[in-house]
Amino acid sequence: MATFTLPKNSTVTAGETYKAEPGAKNVRSFKIYRWDPDSGENPRYDTYEIDLDKCGPMVLDALIKIKNEIDTSLTFRRSCREGICGSCSMNIDGLNTLACLKPIEEVSGEVRINPLPHMPVVKDLVPDLSQIYAQLRSIEPWLKSDTAPPPDGERRQSKDERAKLDGLWECILCFCCSTACPSYWWNGDRYLGPAVLLQAYRWIADSRDEYTGERLDALEDPFRLYRCHTIMNCSRTCPKGLNPAEAIGKIKQMMVERQG
Amino acid sequence: MSNMQDGREAGMIGSRTDGAPVRRPLSPHLQAYDMLQITSAMSISHRITGVAWAIGLLFLVWWLAALAAGPGPFGAVQWFLGSVLGWVVLMGLSAVAWYHTLNGIRHLAWDAGYGFSIPATYRSGHMVLIGTAVLTGITWLILFVAWI
Repeated sequence: MATFTLPKNSTVTAGETYKAEPGAKNVRSFKIYRWDPDSGENPRYDTYEIDLDKCGPMVLDALIKIKNEIDTSLTFRRSCREGICGSCSMNIDGLNTLACLKPIEEVSGEVRINPLPHMPVVKDLVPDLSQIYAQLRSIEPWLKSDTAPPPDGERRQSKDERAKLDGLWECILCFCCSTACPSYWWNGDRYLGPAVLLQAYRWIADSRDEYTGERLDALEDPFRLYRCHTIMNCSRTCPKGLNPAEAIGKIKQMMVERQG
Repeated sequence: MSNMQDGREAGMIGSRTDGAPVRRPLSPHLQAYDMLQITSAMSISHRITGVAWAIGLLFLVWWLAALAAGPGPFGAVQWFLGSVLGWVVLMGLSAVAWYHTLNGIRHLAWDAGYGFSIPATYRSGHMVLIGTAVLTGITWLILFVAWI
């Protein structure tokens, strides 16, 4: 159900401000969402002032600097720091993106950082992704085929068939898109959301997969697929420049076409 | 709520360091997201204008019903629609109707598989906004010319 306000335990209060060291010239404030399950309190926004002259260029650099030098309790996911693992997805300056790919310079003024929107918070900037992983599993994101592969090698594709997977295989499952989608916010219990539907289309479009009809059958549902209203927030926010809305549009077209 | 209605409810239960269960907060959504970006802003406007247009058509029904009821009631409607408030309502409705029509065509293009790229989405969005302003202006220009 669509609830536009936050539950009582989720409203964010004002937190502490950690001043920059004296003498810092290039100071920028980072306003960061904090919630500690042990505190028994509501989430809060802590503000950290950082000297950008002593910090790397990306938002992730600033987060690591804060954790190393100011507040070791700050919790966030990160791994590769080069936009390939999808761990550091979060809401920066009102849009979902990867902290490692977001230059601090692109944000004007205070850098506001929140966890991915409309998700249960485990701690600070770490959301619980169990639901969305379960949804990903539900579309069976693996090759399904009754035909055995040729004994002398792999399943072959033509260049054209392989090209159909471009713009799909690059998805790193950071879920920036799904958590940017208002429809997923309100109906995420049953609507699969852009990330999972892009994955669904990745297997529907695969020439080696023999379960296209079954895959479409599984999506023929008022909620799973058709809660997409082409809002386009997903494609707007994708840090990898992919287009989940277009993939969903192609699934919808296939649904119509197969009805003849 | 005693009975679980939303499958996501299970994810709202976490645990503290000592193992005791704790209710997790829901991360900010409308409160944190940039809802004024053209994508979501035009989407919600499409809904709002759709509802407004549907309600606005009641004025047409009122006008036609009054026409059938005779000169007395019809005069009352004409008086209201000729008042300042009536003008505001009619001008607003014409803008709403143009927006919903043009953006509806934008949605039909998407459904036909066109214009999904972000540059194309922004271009078509700007075209709808400019088109709404221009066509609403032309509509009223024609009405004024026809009256004078």
